Amino acid sequence: MAVSGIVLLLFVFVHMLGNLKLYLGAGPLDAYSRWLRTAGEPALPRETLLWAVRIVLLAAVVVHVQAAYSLTRVNRRARPEAYRSPRDYVAASFASRTMRWTGIIVALFVVFHLLDLTWGTANPDFRAGDPYHNVVESFQRWPVAIAYIVANLALATHLYHGAGSLFQSIGLLFRRRRAFATAFAAVIAAGNISFPLAVLTGVVS
Amino acid sequence: MKLTLKVWRQTSPEARGDFVIYTVDGANEEMSFPELLDLLNERLTAESSDPIAFESDCREGICGACGLMINGQAHGPQRGTTTCQLHLRTFNDGDEIVVEPFRSAGFPIVKDLVVDRSPLDRIIQSGGYITAPTGSAPDANLIPVPKDDADRAMDAAACIGCGACIAACPNGAGQLFTAAKLAHLNLLPQGQPERPKRTLAMVETMEAYFGSCTNHGECTAACPKEISLDFIAMLNHDYRRARRSR
Amino acid sequence: MPPGSIQEAWDNHRFSVRLVNPSNKRHFSIIVVGSGLAGASAAATLAELGYEVKVFTFHDSPRRAHSIAAQGGINATKDYHNDGDSVFRLFYDTIKGGDFRSREANVYRLAQVSSEVIDQATAQGVPFAREYGGLLDNRSFGGVQVSRTFYARGQTGQQLLLGAYQAMSRQIAAGNVELHTRTEMLDVVVDDGCAAGVVVRDLLTGEVSSHSAHAVVLATGGYSNAFFLSTNAKASNATAIWRAHRRGAVFANPCFTQIHPTCIPQTDETQSKLTLMSESLRNDGRIWVPLQEGDERLPDQIPEAERDYYLERRYPAFGNLVPRDVASRAAKAMIDDDLGVGPHRNGVYLDFAEAIERLGIDTIRGRYGNLFQMYERITAEDPYRVPMRISPAPHYTMGGLWVDYNLMTTIPGLYAIGEANFSDHGANRLGASALMQGLADGYFVLPVTIGDYLAAHLGEQPPPTDHPAFEAAEQEVDERVRALLAVDGRQSVDHFHRELGRTLWQQCGMARNGPGLEQAIHEIAALREEYHADVRVLGDGESLNQSLEKAGRVSDFFELADLMCHDALYREESCGGHFREEHQTPDHEALRDDDNFAHVAAWEYSGAEPHILHKEELIFQNVHPTQRSYA
Repeated sequence: MAVSGIVLLLFVFVHMLGNLKLYLGAGPLDAYSRWLRTAGEPALPRETLLWAVRIVLLAAVVVHVQAAYSLTRVNRRARPEAYRSPRDYVAASFASRTMRWTGIIVALFVVFHLLDLTWGTANPDFRAGDPYHNVVESFQRWPVAIAYIVANLALATHLYHGAGSLFQSIGLLFRRRRAFATAFAAVIAAGNISFPLAVLTGVVS
Repeated sequence: MKLTLKVWRQTSPEARGDFVIYTVDGANEEMSFPELLDLLNERLTAESSDPIAFESDCREGICGACGLMINGQAHGPQRGTTTCQLHLRTFNDGDEIVVEPFRSAGFPIVKDLVVDRSPLDRIIQSGGYITAPTGSAPDANLIPVPKDDADRAMDAAACIGCGACIAACPNGAGQLFTAAKLAHLNLLPQGQPERPKRTLAMVETMEAYFGSCTNHGECTAACPKEISLDFIAMLNHDYRRARRSR
Repeated sequence: MPPGSIQEAWDNHRFSVRLVNPSNKRHFSIIVVGSGLAGASAAATLAELGYEVKVFTFHDSPRRAHSIAAQGGINATKDYHNDGDSVFRLFYDTIKGGDFRSREANVYRLAQVSSEVIDQATAQGVPFAREYGGLLDNRSFGGVQVSRTFYARGQTGQQLLLGAYQAMSRQIAAGNVELHTRTEMLDVVVDDGCAAGVVVRDLLTGEVSSHSAHAVVLATGGYSNAFFLSTNAKASNATAIWRAHRRGAVFANPCFTQIHPTCIPQTDETQSKLTLMSESLRNDGRIWVPLQEGDERLPDQIPEAERDYYLERRYPAFGNLVPRDVASRAAKAMIDDDLGVGPHRNGVYLDFAEAIERLGIDTIRGRYGNLFQMYERITAEDPYRVPMRISPAPHYTMGGLWVDYNLMTTIPGLYAIGEANFSDHGANRLGASALMQGLADGYFVLPVTIGDYLAAHLGEQPPPTDHPAFEAAEQEVDERVRALLAVDGRQSVDHFHRELGRTLWQQCGMARNGPGLEQAIHEIAALREEYHADVRVLGDGESLNQSLEKAGRVSDFFELADLMCHDALYREESCGGHFREEHQTPDHEALRDDDNFAHVAAWEYSGAEPHILHKEELIFQNVHPTQRSYA
């Protein structure tokens, strides 16, 4: 769980960082997008590195989901009879108790996100190789922007627990893990949610 | 004080249980929670109804026999306190208090509020010891132990084996108990030779009975001895290392 | 008593006892009842030696035994502090602390093995307190002038018990110990004059069954709960030793009970037990009461000059660290003179203000943090700011089953170890000596001495559990259980237990006198009769029934309480915890009568009065009995 989580954490961070190029305009963003495909050339054939990363990510997702599934099963088995009175949680946060649901929301969103901005299936104005255009077109649709914002809030909630928890799970004593996780979740949420807001408010067009 | 108690009653492990509501008059703030149940049981006996079965022995917070879910919290609302040290001054006159047994697949209900916590013993039996046959020990001062290590080992060893960590955990995980037991021995020089073997055996036994940790932190919050989550990090660390060396 | 000088006695004895050779040990089965310090350490060690061991405990886990609640520490003659300690000094302190009513040879042996107990516990990973250099730390306890007490914060009993429990767990996993939890021993079976096994009741199913063995070891603790209100755990009881007594084991010095001076005062009538605050607190706490009778001012409003630090005044050499019996009696005298403090005027102050000023609050927190927290939980008062209130409470029983130097009772093959026997503490036990004795018996004494009995029975099988002796005992147990259920009276078991405790505390507590004891004997007999006619035990005997468990234990407490009063009445002297008001010095100290009472009073069960008395003369060759002085 923790190891696959770290891979995904890194991806989420780099993905957000790369997309900040949206604010530099169409040129830099499109150039960055092209670079992602050509990186490693000419030593490696085109898109080799990209596919390598994609495979690692896919593997991480599979491992993460599988771990979540088996954890859920183990933990359901560990308490087949639930408490009959309402629990009064002291330490368990909203985030820690909703990991399963925030995880599912993020997963569903990722599928839509790929259909929308990678393959373009879900984007009527999709132009291959023109990410700036695609992003702007996509976020100008209110429902898409809202779904994007909701999904990123779910992601931030997921990270708020996950980014702190992973230190415990890998057995690393890190006293500021809560502060780290809060900051990490906040940065990702702020960065990602700024994109649809920027498009909707016309800052980016 | 007048209190309303909503208590889980279940006649046997197989029977269907349910809450029964009792009103208790004549309680006072100085009473401990088991004394409140004693008072109720005296009345039930006078009324010829079966008294409530519950466990409580030392009544000074050290034996670990008591343990109830009180208002949705293991050992009740006061931090760092066993059920037997929870005094009624924590509650207000007229309160309704819900009392339920600890619930976990590893802790089947025996009767009413009594559960079977023997898996905790089985975790110890699987490796929670230092092999030191009687008579074989060297002089106690032969191996100095840095004070910090001894203190941390003692922090972990303070665990009273009540099972509140498991009862409180949303996952029903046994990590805090096992981690405390492991840390106690793994932190001391005397515990090093068996460290990997002990860690693997205890973690694997734990997994046979209990859920798995996702770092909610409810265990530490419920622990009457406030044993730190840090020991779970140490368990994970030791477990990884032990698996690598296997 | 083994031959030779006291220094050589244990060595000589170990050489002269018969041994069982390693390959034969597995042919012997041993039953251990109780899983506290003595029981768990004995079971672990016997199993390591190769014996086939069965352990019975009424708890759900062996780790819950009441040894776990011991706080302060464990004594040993390591002399790590170079303050003049030695085996002889611990021996002398213990004999003197016990007011010259214990057996020299046993106490000397205890002092000799005390050091090995610390080595053993340390090797098992008991996290004793350490100095910054990494070596073991010590503190002082009452009645001694050296620092020989090893401790693990305020949880020494817990840590030592966990050590023994873990050692036993290792043997359970190895298949050498068969553990029976939630199983209460209800009778000892004697066949042909020798212990043959036990009858037990499964507390979950009510099933009564028998287990036979070559030897039976009782490690079932003391009987302070006869007083109802005591510092013992709720379920601690005397049934095992009392049933052994009824089967022929002689009961020694039942009136020697210890009233601990530092307990939290009772707050109301519904209180179910009293809580001890470790004696170690007297290292830094100062005990005082107001000089003025009936002074109602809060402690911080009473100026220094109007306080009486009575222990420091009366016993300048030992000050607040006088032995328990002395401290308890002094507190009782203050409370009786209307100098008591607190809402019920039933306590004295234990004040840390001076120590906090001298050492700093952090040092005090480091030493006693968990005790202070416990006090705060119970009383809602903060002892860092307000002096603690303490009062005496029943805590430990020096009396118990009579045992010989081998720890064997008068029934061959039946042993008693730890608090269950009478052996080492005389008329008063010193602080931090109970843990020492329990572990010394279990780890180092019994495993050697039991071989002497077993070796003579090589090749013999214990009688099978369908033997008539077992069937008869099972039937008796069955009948007792059924009789309790059949009474169907009006009062609960707790009601009777509380009444019994009240009588015993008033007449056979800290101060006793002839007429009071006679009155108590009558009251107890009447109450007991009423109990068997009017107790109400609901439910059945075929499932978990906690009232029924209590009812059986209280039945036995009635009989034991009667014997305690008879013994107290018989012993026309004051010694240690036994204070007969008729026998005191002009300044109210205990007045012994060595000419007539330098003996162990060992009572044989006769089924009716009079109880049959046996005397074991106490011969002092190495110490000279003197008037105990702590001034």
